[in-house]
Amino acid sequence: MTRDDIKDLILDIIADIDEDAEFAGLDSDKPLRDQLDLDSMDFLDIVMELRKRHKLQIPEEEYPELATLNSCVNYLEPKLKDQ
Amino acid sequence: MVGDFSGLWSLLVLQGRFFWAIVTRLKEITLCFPFGFLPGKESGFRTWTLYIYMANLPENQRIVITGVGLAAPNAANLHDYRQKLLAGKSEITAIDLRYMGEAPAGVCTFDETKYRKKKENKRGTRAGCLSVYCAHEAILDAGIDFSEYGKDRTGVYVGLTEHGTVETENEVYNISKFDYNVDYWTHHHNPRTVLNNPAGEVTMSLGITGPHYAVGAACAAGNAALIQGVQMLRLDEVDLALCGGISECVGSFGIFASFKAQGALAEHEDPTKASRPFDRDRNGIVISEGGCMYTLERLDKAKERGAKIYGEIAGYAINSDARDFVLPFWERQAECMELALKRAGMQPREITIINTHATGTRQGDVEECKALRRVFADCPHTYINNTKSHIGHAMGAAGVLELAGNLPSFTDNMVHPTINLDNLDPDCALPNIVANQAKQLDNVEAILNNSFGMVGINSVVIVKKYKR
Repeated sequence: MTRDDIKDLILDIIADIDEDAEFAGLDSDKPLRDQLDLDSMDFLDIVMELRKRHKLQIPEEEYPELATLNSCVNYLEPKLKDQ
Repeated sequence: MVGDFSGLWSLLVLQGRFFWAIVTRLKEITLCFPFGFLPGKESGFRTWTLYIYMANLPENQRIVITGVGLAAPNAANLHDYRQKLLAGKSEITAIDLRYMGEAPAGVCTFDETKYRKKKENKRGTRAGCLSVYCAHEAILDAGIDFSEYGKDRTGVYVGLTEHGTVETENEVYNISKFDYNVDYWTHHHNPRTVLNNPAGEVTMSLGITGPHYAVGAACAAGNAALIQGVQMLRLDEVDLALCGGISECVGSFGIFASFKAQGALAEHEDPTKASRPFDRDRNGIVISEGGCMYTLERLDKAKERGAKIYGEIAGYAINSDARDFVLPFWERQAECMELALKRAGMQPREITIINTHATGTRQGDVEECKALRRVFADCPHTYINNTKSHIGHAMGAAGVLELAGNLPSFTDNMVHPTINLDNLDPDCALPNIVANQAKQLDNVEAILNNSFGMVGINSVVIVKKYKR
């Protein structure tokens, strides 16, 4: 997957969690939680969806890697390079 | 210095009311004897004292219904619901169930995002979604903006037949797609399936910080939660009770399959005719989802804020059969009705409408009719209807939803009918069953609402017309 594909994947998962989520003006370097209506349970939903869609097992200690859109892409890029 | 005589004056007024209650009751006794009324085993000084006490309850012990919010399989507000019930048209449909195929069911259509976002509905449960909608609607209907009542003095009591079955079935189905690997089991499972989930979702949505919990009482749960609300208000635990019943059970194939295995699931080629209590050709229960929440207040406060009053909760009772997991028992049902009447300080003939619990099962309907025959043996002005014939059996919501359907009768003096009653079962042939057509009366004074449930629980709530 390309970096753009991964970005789209994350946004697609968030849109599934919250259909009303507004992505216009989203800063890729700022925490998603500060910009969208997301809480810890939603982050667990993101982790679960990555597991379901791409068989990714993300260890709990690595959850902070999913804080911003760019950190998500950086973290997931090597894991999804062959998908 | 002028003395304060307000205490003495109150005492005199109380004495006067007490005296008048005795005169009224004696007058009734005198009138009753020539017509064959003889007090039964509940007669005696204690009973008459209770009658007098009930007739003179202080206003802070008199509990009134001031708001109704509901979602039924045929309507999403009381006005539409009443019109549909009077018109006597069922909107039961056929739904496709996982593993089972089609079955008749009652499904609610309401504005699910009127009071919270789609995201919250997705995170919560269907029961929570129904509860939140009904609770907001009740508050709105009651005209409460929480300037009158503290949110910390508001209690939320939600009656449930069961909870968590739908969510558990869905999750097991979900992990079946992942070779039953529990890594795919959702973290939402526990907060969704705890028994206080629907009541808790209400508190989160309305910011209520008073107590909230579920009242589990099988299909008597709606009535039981209403009773809980009355008791908490009388105990001064809360100032406003938001209480009722909810059911999301159409999402569970297991509930349908269990009734089917028991030979108690209704079948009919036309789903609108599947729910037919008292009819000779009835063959079981139509399962429905639904919700109904009430605002209950103490009369003094309700009057002070100029609230609209639907009716006053006059009496209630809950008892147990103590004998069988599923079979109902008419003697305990009769005792439950008698206890509720006694607590209300009322005679059976003072009840205008009986909303029966009858679900359309062969034995259940007959047992209730036996109980009604005993308690209402000589009540020519008491009419009987059944709301499940229209909306199916809404389980935990049944009692409160059915009561709500009857409440407008205090103002329109109509009794909505029992529909689908084409051939009355001789074993259910009670006088004054209002069949297929609504009936206009001169006056409706009191409604007795029956709700019985599995493992032998019976509940009765009596609501009377509010009189100043």
